[in-house]
Amino acid sequence: MYRYDKYDHQIVGERVAQYRDQVRRRLSNELTEDEFRPLRLQNGLYMQIHAYMLRIAVPYGMLTSAQLRMLAHIARKYDRGYGHFTTRQNIQFNWLKLEDTPAILADLASVEMHAIQTSGNCIRNITSDEFAGIAGDEVVDPRPYAEILRQWSTFHPEFAYLPRKFKIAISGATQDRAAIAVHDIGLSIIKNEQGAIGFRVLVGGGLGRTPMIGSEICGFLPWQHLMTYIESIMRVYNQYGRRDNIYKARIKILVKALGIDEFKRQVETDWADIIDGPSTLTVEELNRVSACFTAPPYEKLAANDATVALYKAEKKDYANWLQRNVKPHKVAGYAAVVLSLKKTDIAPGDASAEQMDAAADLADRFSFGELRITHMQNLVLADIKQSDLITLWKIAAAQGMASPNVGLLSDIICCPGGDFCSLANARSIPLARVIAERFESLDFQHDIGEIEINMSGCINACGHNHVGHIGVIGVDKKDGGEWYQVSVGGDQGNDSAIGKVIGPSFTFQQMPEVIDRLLQVYLWERIEDERFIDTVRRISVTPFKDYVYATKIEADPRLNDDAYRILVKPASYAEPYHSPRF
Amino acid sequence: MMMIKNKAIVSDDWVVLRLNENETPEHVTVAAGKIIVPLKVWQAQRSKLQGRVNLGVWLNSDERPEVLQGEVEKFAVIAVNFPKFADGRGYSIAYNLRARLGYTGELRAIGDVLRDQMFYMQRAGFDTFAPRPDRDIHEALKGLNDFSVSYQTSLDQKLPLFRRVHRV
Repeated sequence: MYRYDKYDHQIVGERVAQYRDQVRRRLSNELTEDEFRPLRLQNGLYMQIHAYMLRIAVPYGMLTSAQLRMLAHIARKYDRGYGHFTTRQNIQFNWLKLEDTPAILADLASVEMHAIQTSGNCIRNITSDEFAGIAGDEVVDPRPYAEILRQWSTFHPEFAYLPRKFKIAISGATQDRAAIAVHDIGLSIIKNEQGAIGFRVLVGGGLGRTPMIGSEICGFLPWQHLMTYIESIMRVYNQYGRRDNIYKARIKILVKALGIDEFKRQVETDWADIIDGPSTLTVEELNRVSACFTAPPYEKLAANDATVALYKAEKKDYANWLQRNVKPHKVAGYAAVVLSLKKTDIAPGDASAEQMDAAADLADRFSFGELRITHMQNLVLADIKQSDLITLWKIAAAQGMASPNVGLLSDIICCPGGDFCSLANARSIPLARVIAERFESLDFQHDIGEIEINMSGCINACGHNHVGHIGVIGVDKKDGGEWYQVSVGGDQGNDSAIGKVIGPSFTFQQMPEVIDRLLQVYLWERIEDERFIDTVRRISVTPFKDYVYATKIEADPRLNDDAYRILVKPASYAEPYHSPRF
Repeated sequence: MMMIKNKAIVSDDWVVLRLNENETPEHVTVAAGKIIVPLKVWQAQRSKLQGRVNLGVWLNSDERPEVLQGEVEKFAVIAVNFPKFADGRGYSIAYNLRARLGYTGELRAIGDVLRDQMFYMQRAGFDTFAPRPDRDIHEALKGLNDFSVSYQTSLDQKLPLFRRVHRV
């Protein structure tokens, strides 16, 4: 885990003071809302339907137990007792008051955390592989590079007011678990034939209104040049990215308009001036940061612990959990455990203050005091002795964090949607809930096997719908009603693909039946252990589409129940200022 | 007019020429005295203007600094206009003027120049700021001191933190 030195503390401390003064000036009307908006956004503060939402950076998803306890404290003291983990490995609090936010930042700074650049048209929090450092297929641990880039991008003076937001993801393994192909810049660490370390650099991927898979701009960038090369990409984008239309402002549109060859030529022309310059990464700095990510003091253990199998025969829940939520570890006798935040009756990614405290205790007791947040909106305890699995499972189950559904139907990725977000066209959390309820049977879920259902309440695609095996998105229709468009065949990782829309949109009440029909096609078409996505690839989207629209889909009348309406009552305090969007 | 120059509030007698709708770069009259003309006016009236001692030029955010290649030292002032503070192209223009074109003279931020962007502007190479006239210039000056340390290089800091100090 990276630990702050005095410079990191100084920068974050000065940020708290700067932000505190900005809030003071806003509250005294020295700053207009238009002027304050970009400032608060660069600090992750949004005005949502009910209250201010604060997005806190969890760099590359790594947390200490002390940090997680601080998040629990913030949930209790300033929010309504819970927080929401996001697809970008961050956490959001949805019920804050503007005047409390400086104090929250000061609390965060005390545990080496911040909310810098978690929103706004700047370089955002850098995401990575949740199994970094422990995965068997890892070439190089990506976290030191992610931390080095975090520091480089923090308050970069030239790139704070880009045409649009900018997201970087980095993977160091042969299997991409960081969805690098759908980021503005995707970095994959590789070794060349001589064994030297470098990056394969992708640019111009992204989701949103115009989903695109990134193009390779550099096949092998020696690691020393990481920052200068990215600086040149940023400079070309800052100067030439479109600023006249918010929907055409991402770098993917520029890359597409110029073509990757011309874009690369412009980047490399700029780069020729700064290559080997002072921003070139040094061995000393890489070593300093890497020293924070060394392996913890593992014990020497047998590869397989006998107790694991013994208990498995007795307890079906436990067996299911082992199968789904326990992941391999490169060190003999250890495993990684995914704590599921996808219980049927709660919003995907939500965790209560009590769950956060419990997870922090589990980390201290079993996993060297560290945790990770996954882009699937779950938590990971990365270094668990197999002999501790049974005890851990019992505690996690008591806290509602052991649903054995990781990678299954009910492990739905979902944005906050129409219940919270002022951008959404439709609700997503209640839809995740009715789908999870419809297919509640774990036996059925285990039979279906690995499948990713990703849902977004609007075109901004925060729920990564385009890369879901089944993607659902709330669409804007003239009647003002809630309509959902469905796509099939998306995927993330090494075989990244954008899903194909199957046809006209559906109502909320039709959606569970739509999912049901898609699953039925899979069940009768699949061959042996084929996953849903493999079947789609083999037989194409057409049979799925044909069957879904073959007969009229009745609206499920039970889903009109008010129980699926807004989950929460509006904030009791008066909104200090109204800002209609963002 | 009051201005912030080299971190101090000073009075300033430069005039920024902005064209009205009915004026063209070719025909607008450039008054005598210290004047900062739009890039297009410089380009249209170069033969008339060159040789003037107190001449400045300003670029808008959608204009390219490279067109001044080889002639930046002709100007006592170069200004970059921020039409909106959220338009960040001016930072890269400043970078290009300083790092690429080797401009060492006064570089001035004009337009929607506000306190909370000035720290970044200063790092990107601006040394003079004309904060928006409806704002308190003393307040704006404070913005230049928001941070005392930065991680990365820029025009004001040639070495990144990791080459500058011993970090432990």
